[in-house]
Amino acid sequence: MNTRSGTWLLMLPGLLWLGLLMVVPCLLIFVLIFFERGIYGGIDWQAPTLENVTRVFDPLYLSIFWDSAEIAGLSTLVALLIGYPAAYAIAKAPASRQTALLFLAILPFWTNYLIRTYAWIVLLNPAGLINTLLIWAGLRSEPLTLLYTKPAVVLGLVYSYTPFVILAIYSALQRLDPSYAEASRDLGAGAFQTFLRIILPLTAPGVAAGAVFVFVLSVGNFVTPDLLGGGKFQMVGNLIYDQFLSARDWPFGAALSALLIALMMLLLFAQAIASLRARGDYARA
Amino acid sequence: MRALNGWLIAVYGFLYLPIALLMVLSFNHSGLPTAWGGFSFEWYGELFDNPKIIGAAWNSLVVATWATAISTVLGTLLALGVERSRPSTSREALLFAPMIIPDIVLAIALLSFFTLMKFTLGLRSIVMAHVVFNLAFVCAIVRARLKSYDWSLNEASRDLGATAAATFFRITLPLIGPAVLAGALLAFTLSIDEFIIAYFTAGAGQSSTTLPMQIYAMIRFGVTPEINAMATLVMGVSFVMILAAQRLNKGRLPGA
Repeated sequence: MNTRSGTWLLMLPGLLWLGLLMVVPCLLIFVLIFFERGIYGGIDWQAPTLENVTRVFDPLYLSIFWDSAEIAGLSTLVALLIGYPAAYAIAKAPASRQTALLFLAILPFWTNYLIRTYAWIVLLNPAGLINTLLIWAGLRSEPLTLLYTKPAVVLGLVYSYTPFVILAIYSALQRLDPSYAEASRDLGAGAFQTFLRIILPLTAPGVAAGAVFVFVLSVGNFVTPDLLGGGKFQMVGNLIYDQFLSARDWPFGAALSALLIALMMLLLFAQAIASLRARGDYARA
Repeated sequence: MRALNGWLIAVYGFLYLPIALLMVLSFNHSGLPTAWGGFSFEWYGELFDNPKIIGAAWNSLVVATWATAISTVLGTLLALGVERSRPSTSREALLFAPMIIPDIVLAIALLSFFTLMKFTLGLRSIVMAHVVFNLAFVCAIVRARLKSYDWSLNEASRDLGATAAATFFRITLPLIGPAVLAGALLAFTLSIDEFIIAYFTAGAGQSSTTLPMQIYAMIRFGVTPEINAMATLVMGVSFVMILAAQRLNKGRLPGA
């Protein structure tokens, strides 16, 4: 098996699987865009059209994209603010304990997404734990509306994706050469200044990786807006969901998905550039 | 440093308290989230008396078993091939894509694909879809282990007259075995918890409803003590499997 044909033979089944069941279906999305929906759902191959493309840029749908971007952006920001100090604390812990601490932070990420979201329904609903506690403590006379609000959606997304942010930033912090921070302190910079001018810029690729991940997964999410937003907040994910499972307008759903893919590619590209530039700065520093 | 450690503890609290609450409530006799009515297993009893839940759990088990078996074999072979070939950027992109592609995009792409191919939707199409991302995860874990693998062992084995198959089963597999097993455990966990892609590729009817689909349907109706019991069981199984995978892989799980 030392020959090249041998290695190709090993890779062939896996690559074929990915090609046939990932690449081809994703390319299919880009074909569907240019046709009309059939009368009973499905696709009318006789009617090529550009209508779906122009419809995506209709102000109505653009505003949904904008709203989702706002919710996703806010979630990303909050997840970074929570995750960065946590990752920093793990990176500063004794080396023997770091693996366990990191594992503890990521473990929830590997468990059932629906159940983690459901936990917040239990906490936030009008007869839930938080409202009961507030009333019991005499802080409120009536339950607060916590569930089915925009902050509840943001909270759910932050809760689900913070573990990944911690992982991404921790990896960046771990690669950081500690002598840079020491040099900065030796030259008289304070702890805050060292963080702001040395550590933060050098870990920017990790921050960017975490941010892109949270943003993309949040924008395309339909489960959290549905369960914690009560369906009151349409996000791109919900819109795509509707086109495929309720309205049965697949070509338009495909057009929306294509825009989502384009957005993701753009962000990943920007992140790759930022990461390369940071590496360049590192080399020059 | 004190403040930083305090923050870390608070973050762990944020991550684990909601889950812990569900687990405690699942044993609450009163079934209410706000009043403790004594310790009881009755909600677990209700769970096992519900044929829809048992049926869905069985479907999930079938899907996860098949998806794990196929992706472990294909992913391991893929890793062995990739690590011995010339690096290729497009191949790397292909192997990375399943891990970052938003679930909903893969879900609708596969739904369209299966429908246009006139492929009947059901448990089989869910397995085929799950192998796509499982394959990538298994491959990544096995590749990480192969980075420190000494390929001259294979040459030595071949020089001593062993066939390629004998070399694989007696030299390579025992050495990368823990990583393969870790990959399989991870694939099983991902598959049994996966909701979005299964939801789109399952087709209609209870016969292909998986456990997450059943959970989703129940959650949308509201809070019930039965869901707490189910959540506790599902979380418990995931925790054990991930812990085992972590142990086997000596603490190196790939980036999510």
